[in-house]
Amino acid sequence: MKENTYVYGLKKGLATGLGYLSVSFGFGITAVGKGLSGLEAILISLTNLTSAGQLAGITVIASCGSVLELMLTQLIINLRYCLMGLALTQKLDGSFTTMHRLFISFGITDENFAVAAAEKGSLNRRFMYGLMTLPIIGWTLGTALGAFAGQILPAGVCSALGIAIYSMFIAIIIPDTKTEKGVLWAVVLSSALSCAFYFVPLLSKVPQGFSIIICAVLVSALLAYFFPKNFEEEE
Amino acid sequence: MNFFVYLIAMAGVTYLIRMIPFTFMRKKIKSVFIRSFLYYVPYAVLGAMTFPYIFYSTGSIITASAGAAAALVLAYFNKSLITVAVCSSVVAFITGLII
Repeated sequence: MKENTYVYGLKKGLATGLGYLSVSFGFGITAVGKGLSGLEAILISLTNLTSAGQLAGITVIASCGSVLELMLTQLIINLRYCLMGLALTQKLDGSFTTMHRLFISFGITDENFAVAAAEKGSLNRRFMYGLMTLPIIGWTLGTALGAFAGQILPAGVCSALGIAIYSMFIAIIIPDTKTEKGVLWAVVLSSALSCAFYFVPLLSKVPQGFSIIICAVLVSALLAYFFPKNFEEEE
Repeated sequence: MNFFVYLIAMAGVTYLIRMIPFTFMRKKIKSVFIRSFLYYVPYAVLGAMTFPYIFYSTGSIITASAGAAAALVLAYFNKSLITVAVCSSVVAFITGLII
């Protein structure tokens, strides 16, 4: 199959779309459980298309946190998309006018980036539109199903699905800890620090949005200093 | 606070982070420290978001611990995102039936 077609992109995005469908089902249930309406949960998924950011976001919203806390949380948690976008710009072919870049940048997620980055040769805009289509549909549809079906499903099923989004995070971070010492340290240190923010009496007063920011910035800076990544090897 | 203020703030920041570099940046970042920092951010963020919150995600620390253990084992063996997410939920659900 030609690699610069929309249909080829669709096929490449199928697995991600299905994965998002199941994970966002859990997000829909969690959002409604935190007091948001089903429509609000769907709007968040449709306009944000990001798991970790949304989960932290609804936590801030549910606790009636400040807009500043919300924006800072999104900035830090989603900062990685900045790097992914930068990396992708190096692979784009001539079909990306500024207008297409404005649309396609919305579809940059961990999984879409991973698939696009693994493609051989340069990327065509039709491929990118195809790649992001099913993940967007899956993520939004799954949220809707979770938000509404969550009220019909037995309580035991709903509560069990609450773990899905966290399990997905584990599926993203664990494999790389086996091959990279820096990643292992990043995961261990930030998890430990996050637990400290949760359990230590004085620290537990810090809102969750801010504690994640502190963990991320502190740990990433430490690791960047002690385990600088050798990017030359990859290029 | 109005929900739409939250929504616009959240979606706006997230979109700008994706859009600005992808649309306007045409050079490469040279600083190894900044590139390394950005490289580690996702791992640090997801670690901090998962622990200890995963243990409270099902309403029962016992079922959540069983689900988390399943997720860790499956992720260690490089199982796909969907496999890990679904299996850990199933394990949490079955544990709930047993206890």
